[in-house]
Amino acid sequence: MHQIPASRIAETVASLCQKVNYELPEEVVAALEAARAAESNPQAQRILGELLENAQIAREQHIPLCQDTGLVVVFAELGDEVSISGGDLGEAINEGVSRGYTEGYLRPSVVANPLQRDTNTTDNTPAVVHVELVAGCNLTLHLMAKGGGSENMSAMWMLPPAAGRQGIIEAITTQIQQAGGKPCPPLILGVGIGGTFEKAALLAKRALVRPLGQPSQDPEIAQIEQDILESVNQTGVGPMGLGGDTTALAVHVLTHPCHLASLPVALNIQCHSARHATAVL
Amino acid sequence: MSAYIRQLELPICDDIAVDLRAGDLLSLTGTIYTARDAAHQRLVAALDSDEELPIDLREAVIYYCGPTPAQPNRPIGAAGPTTSARMDPFTPQLYAAGVRATIGKGPRSPQVREACREYLGLYLVATGGAGALISTWVQQADVVAYPDLGPEAIYRLQVEDFRALVGYDVYGASIFCNEDDLE
Repeated sequence: MHQIPASRIAETVASLCQKVNYELPEEVVAALEAARAAESNPQAQRILGELLENAQIAREQHIPLCQDTGLVVVFAELGDEVSISGGDLGEAINEGVSRGYTEGYLRPSVVANPLQRDTNTTDNTPAVVHVELVAGCNLTLHLMAKGGGSENMSAMWMLPPAAGRQGIIEAITTQIQQAGGKPCPPLILGVGIGGTFEKAALLAKRALVRPLGQPSQDPEIAQIEQDILESVNQTGVGPMGLGGDTTALAVHVLTHPCHLASLPVALNIQCHSARHATAVL
Repeated sequence: MSAYIRQLELPICDDIAVDLRAGDLLSLTGTIYTARDAAHQRLVAALDSDEELPIDLREAVIYYCGPTPAQPNRPIGAAGPTTSARMDPFTPQLYAAGVRATIGKGPRSPQVREACREYLGLYLVATGGAGALISTWVQQADVVAYPDLGPEAIYRLQVEDFRALVGYDVYGASIFCNEDDLE
């Protein structure tokens, strides 16, 4: 049994919360640079330039990338040979979020009651935590700080199976076109295909923690990722919805077997401020 | 790229407002006020009941922003724009009360564009997700109303060279793709 103290999990989460909010992942910076170089629209080029300048200032001067420092989502892969001492996983993660956001001057963006909305929890807790049991003696934490603007434009469809690939591409493209500048393009699209209603949504979110620029290892899935990306970039929505070639930087798709009567499709939209990081304990 | 950036001292008077066109890149220096959803609800409730307002709305510039907490020795934390469309239900009434410009991100309702045309209002667009960069354009920040709202309180900001695009002008033109000019 590999024993991991809850306090170590909390420390790790606190440090990840700060890291993701100050340091845009290098592969996202590289994708923004490539997009600026390829962009034919001058306004879009200027905006991409501001985003690159923003990432540099955030990293060097330790100012959060965005004032929406996000709601924390954690995918925890808990090895079956791990035992957590001195607390439980959920509490440890929330303690880390509380410490990370308070000590890191990050904005608390969580209301305690989704209907009354008048009470901020003041420390950005609770996080949304998904735990998966895996083989082994490690605890892997994928942490994302998910902004509200892009989350709000996400969508879910229970398509007729006959809609097929083309139906999926059309549904997603229409959604991105209608969302326009609201979700802060250029975007990264997490897409879950198959499973059930809730499984598709979870796959869509999980797809977003894959490092940018790594296509699916399955050639059929890699192809649909490419096809969705091309279709979305042909909308001309562009950075901030002001026109251009760069509406999305990447599309990540995860699939799961599903009922023969169903074709669940979930689209989780990530803004360009794709803040996520992974730690292995 | 339009190399030309129009430098403007705030407030923006009528003569200048009518001279601006959707797509113009502005650099603003002067005073602006932050307000988000909850502050809008209170401002509009105050207007509806003829109560005294905590800020003078005449020629005011309202910035849709809820900053992160300021670190020591900094006036403000990350301070980028939030999605403007959430404020759409309140915005025509604020333009009618004298607001000159709003600053945010993303497209808005036809009613907002119509109100811009009717009241010589402007909708300006700042780059969403550039909160660190934009914070360097803020020289001073003071809470002037609704401190109980935390990051959603109304802050008075002194800004210098705050870059924003004219998204909607006073003629009903829009810079957003998929939005035709108003008839």
